[in-house]
Amino acid sequence: MSASIPFRIGASAGNPAVSQSTSEPAFVRRLLIGMALAFLVLFLFLPLGVVFFTALGDGVRVYLQTFRDPDTISAIRLTLIAAGIAVPLNVVFGIAAAWAIGKFEFVGKSLLITLIDLPFSVSPVVAGLVYVLLFGLQGLLGPWLIAHNIRIIFAVPGIVLATIFVTFPFVARELLPMMQAQGNDEEEAALTLGASGWQTFFRVTLPNVKWALIYGVILCNARAMGEFGAVSVVSGHIRGLTDTMPLHVEVLYNDYQFVPAFAVASLLALLALLTLVVKSVAEWRSGHSIRAAGEEAGL
Amino acid sequence: MSIRVRGITKDFGHFQALKNVDLEIPAGQLVALLGPSGSGKTTLLRVIAGLEFADSGTVEFSGKDITDQTARERHVGFVFQHYALFRHMTVFENIAFGLRVRPRRLRPSNRQIREKVNDLLRLIQLQNQAGRFPSQLSGGQRQRVALARALAVEPSVLLLDEPFGALDAKVRQELRQWLRHLHDEVHITSVFVTHDQEEALELADLVAVMNEGRIEQVGSPDEVYNRPASSFVYSFLGNVNLFHGRVDEGKTYIQGEADGHPIFVRPHLLEITRQPNGANHFRATTKHINAAGPLVKVEALTEWGATVRIELSQAQYRALQLAKDEVVFITPKEIAVFEKDEPAVGPKGEARTQKSGAP
Repeated sequence: MSASIPFRIGASAGNPAVSQSTSEPAFVRRLLIGMALAFLVLFLFLPLGVVFFTALGDGVRVYLQTFRDPDTISAIRLTLIAAGIAVPLNVVFGIAAAWAIGKFEFVGKSLLITLIDLPFSVSPVVAGLVYVLLFGLQGLLGPWLIAHNIRIIFAVPGIVLATIFVTFPFVARELLPMMQAQGNDEEEAALTLGASGWQTFFRVTLPNVKWALIYGVILCNARAMGEFGAVSVVSGHIRGLTDTMPLHVEVLYNDYQFVPAFAVASLLALLALLTLVVKSVAEWRSGHSIRAAGEEAGL
Repeated sequence: MSIRVRGITKDFGHFQALKNVDLEIPAGQLVALLGPSGSGKTTLLRVIAGLEFADSGTVEFSGKDITDQTARERHVGFVFQHYALFRHMTVFENIAFGLRVRPRRLRPSNRQIREKVNDLLRLIQLQNQAGRFPSQLSGGQRQRVALARALAVEPSVLLLDEPFGALDAKVRQELRQWLRHLHDEVHITSVFVTHDQEEALELADLVAVMNEGRIEQVGSPDEVYNRPASSFVYSFLGNVNLFHGRVDEGKTYIQGEADGHPIFVRPHLLEITRQPNGANHFRATTKHINAAGPLVKVEALTEWGATVRIELSQAQYRALQLAKDEVVFITPKEIAVFEKDEPAVGPKGEARTQKSGAP
């Protein structure tokens, strides 16, 4: 059997589309592709399948039953609130930061870029902990907050803060290469044609980065809804009050409520799939415009 | 509208792009800013447009000081080297942009905009491309759209930054003539930047030659070519051979030493003969002959080891029956010598023609 594999593949070799000089022998190609596929199945398709399989294991009725549970509804609502606040704020911040970095020269530019990347390099748990140390009962601002009856840690504001921190590089990071590639020529042209700053921004700058922006928003949203570590630290896991969807999945799972746990997880998985689709489209379109930018600049 | 810049200085960090530049551009003229890269010509154009602000000096439009006005307020048409068309807009919308962004009370109606844009599309001969995107156009077409977009707002001056720099030779030639015709029709004060002396001399009413952040000379193409104010202008406006020698009581002697006074001779002002024709020649050996084109270009090695380039007509070339590695005699018919950047070529356009003694 093992001997017959290379033999059979040898017969099917000679695909005219593959350049001979850069191509590997057929069995090497098959082996590498096979390994990659096996890896994908094992770590991506199988888990995804298990999520939906377990969630729907007891039928659609039981599956839908999960979403009538007030705690689940509350978790979904909290996730939507956190993402609903964090994503728009990060869009504004991301556009402003990418615009400043991409189109202007100023002192401290590289420091700003480093700061934007900080959430990528810091463990989310540490990020959450920082907020606890800052706003918690024993924290730096704790006594003052208690005196004014403001609750941040173990409450919704803390969850929103942690989500904002963890997701703030996404939009800026997506826009930055686009803005840098496009330069200032079109903005200058708009100015000489009499456009105001806002007109230039909304009619020229923003439409040019549209797809990169959509891509960034989608990624940012996916992360905002899926964030576990940072939110877990500041949430306090108060059921029906401060549990987001990912936290709720864990709680349900620890209670051996597998079907509800996987049902909630399936929502997150669906979100991930949707994100991937939009991402592919946006990537394709924004790759298009980056190439066009290069061509226009005569590169 | 006339343009006047006075005492313009501009630094980029340690690099001084403009050093106390004065320039006057009469209304309705087509003016070239000509110079090598890094001479400050684009910076000067951007200062006039208000896209760059000078460290000191003033800019006036028709006698009115507009130094502190922004690009938006100056009402100039600017054409960028790489067109800078709005890539997400069609040709039509690109041209209409300047009209659409006007404040409501000054904005023409949609019908007026459509008429205006269609007129301009006819002018640039792209009526059938109105719905296309810039990426679907050729370089020459994009440049024409950029021009139409700048003209749509009826600017008081038209500024063009290396307008033909990114185009191939043939398209460049066509667009050049087209721009000249356009200017003759519209008569809008226009300034264009170029590093191509041929383009400047052919197209402009007035040429300002720039070097290292300064204007070396301003004049008509005839003036700057035939009465160059400095050795830089002379050598930038055409091919030259550089010799070194001695200037003595109105006589010039070409010598081999590298530290002598610089002496310039254009390649077509050197005569090749097979026999010595008196005292004013030097000996050289032909090394390369390129007979393709209207002029035959000969490269020869002088007796003191320098390379000299000579251009002669096809008829002369045939009469001489020149071949490689032959000893010939070369006589300069006209030379140019500049003393401290003073023109040695006579003020009435007659070059001082001195015969040189071979060393």
